[in-house]
Amino acid sequence: MAEEVKLLKTWSSPFGLRAFWILKLKGVQFDFIDEDLSNKSPLLLQSNPVYKKVPVLIHNGKPISESLVILEYVDETWKQNPLLPEDPYERARARFWAKFGDDKVLASIWNAFIKQGKEQEEAIGLAIETLKFLEEELKGKRFFGGEKIGLPDLALGWLANLIGVFEEVIGVKLIEKERFPLLSAWMQEFAEAPVIKESWPPHEKLVTKFRAMREPYVAAAAQPK
Amino acid sequence: MAKSDVKVLGFSPSPFVMRARIALKIKSVEYEFLEENLGSKSELLLKSNPVHKKIPVLIHNDKPVCESLIIVEYVDEAWSSSGPSILPSDPYDRAVARFWAAYVDEKWFSALRDIGSANGAEAKKAAIEQLIEVLVLLEDAFVKCSKGKAFFGGNQIGFLDIAFGSYLGWLRVTEKMNEVKLLDEVKTPGLFKWAERFCADAAVKDVMPETDKLAELKASAPPSS
Repeated sequence: MAEEVKLLKTWSSPFGLRAFWILKLKGVQFDFIDEDLSNKSPLLLQSNPVYKKVPVLIHNGKPISESLVILEYVDETWKQNPLLPEDPYERARARFWAKFGDDKVLASIWNAFIKQGKEQEEAIGLAIETLKFLEEELKGKRFFGGEKIGLPDLALGWLANLIGVFEEVIGVKLIEKERFPLLSAWMQEFAEAPVIKESWPPHEKLVTKFRAMREPYVAAAAQPK
Repeated sequence: MAKSDVKVLGFSPSPFVMRARIALKIKSVEYEFLEENLGSKSELLLKSNPVHKKIPVLIHNDKPVCESLIIVEYVDEAWSSSGPSILPSDPYDRAVARFWAAYVDEKWFSALRDIGSANGAEAKKAAIEQLIEVLVLLEDAFVKCSKGKAFFGGNQIGFLDIAFGSYLGWLRVTEKMNEVKLLDEVKTPGLFKWAERFCADAAVKDVMPETDKLAELKASAPPSS
């Protein structure tokens, strides 16, 4: 049976990029469509009716949504180059850090990005506290997955390029090399890894996009109260 | 394996703790349950879950596993040769189960909580309508996943049954305290009957807290882990 693998994503979404990475790392043949979220395709709406979001993986006509669910599905379906270890305890840890990345790291950094003034200071403080857990977890490891890239690396990989974008837009360094030596080294190593390094969306285009996304928050904060 | 090799740090009314306990019961794993006082967390809890300091935590041979759904997957994998499988065997079915479990924790949980925290009749009405929309989606998911059988997981309780069913105690409390029927024989017939079967199941009934006891607790404070 001819295998049909299609990935719906956008040019900039870090969640879509995760799915893109795992398919590439596994050597899976696939097509991808970069959606325009202001004009979602019928295929997207039909494939993810619950959230109407990217990414969606469509495998032989069957859709899978939610990026972490997609990562596990791909890992289980294409067994070469496994992203999760065999040991149940290590698997639980990998899943824990992937979830921590989305629930806490992403949320805290986004807050640091959109908030202004005193609120931003507090948000930055909170983001740094969250990042310290990642720094701690990297002790003695090259990647979150150990010697090679694993599930948590793909889940946290957005840090490697988007942190630089956010820092440029807000004019504040969030991950300083002195404070986060291991995390900084990991970001660099991940960014330059085979397959990963060819996939990054253009930096300037991301800066423009996120600067524009931040505008309404800046404007709202500037309103007289 | 000695009972003391497996510990669960928890708080009986918590739906998240229930998940861990149901999974262990399905696998016939003996464990020591350590009831935490959430106002004064134990040293063991703080040491075992330093990142979140939350329950449930499963400690297996001194190694801690955190996050309720991650614990359920861990139990399924660590005791794979004991009892029925908790997750489906087919990767696509697993992806569907994980998708809906994530939906439950994101959309269902917040909709249920919003009813409790709604201020005034209008807000409450809107919150209830929102929850019913979520339930209608879950009813559809039930029909698709169960394929005519008793549970989301088929003939036996599975991952999604545990993820959603663990909230039934709080659902009943919300119904009672707001004098509203949320699970309805007419609107959500599949889920209505499923709920009865779930609560009566051998793996569930000893760990499902009584509605009255939960109502007392809810009157004093919202559920938190």
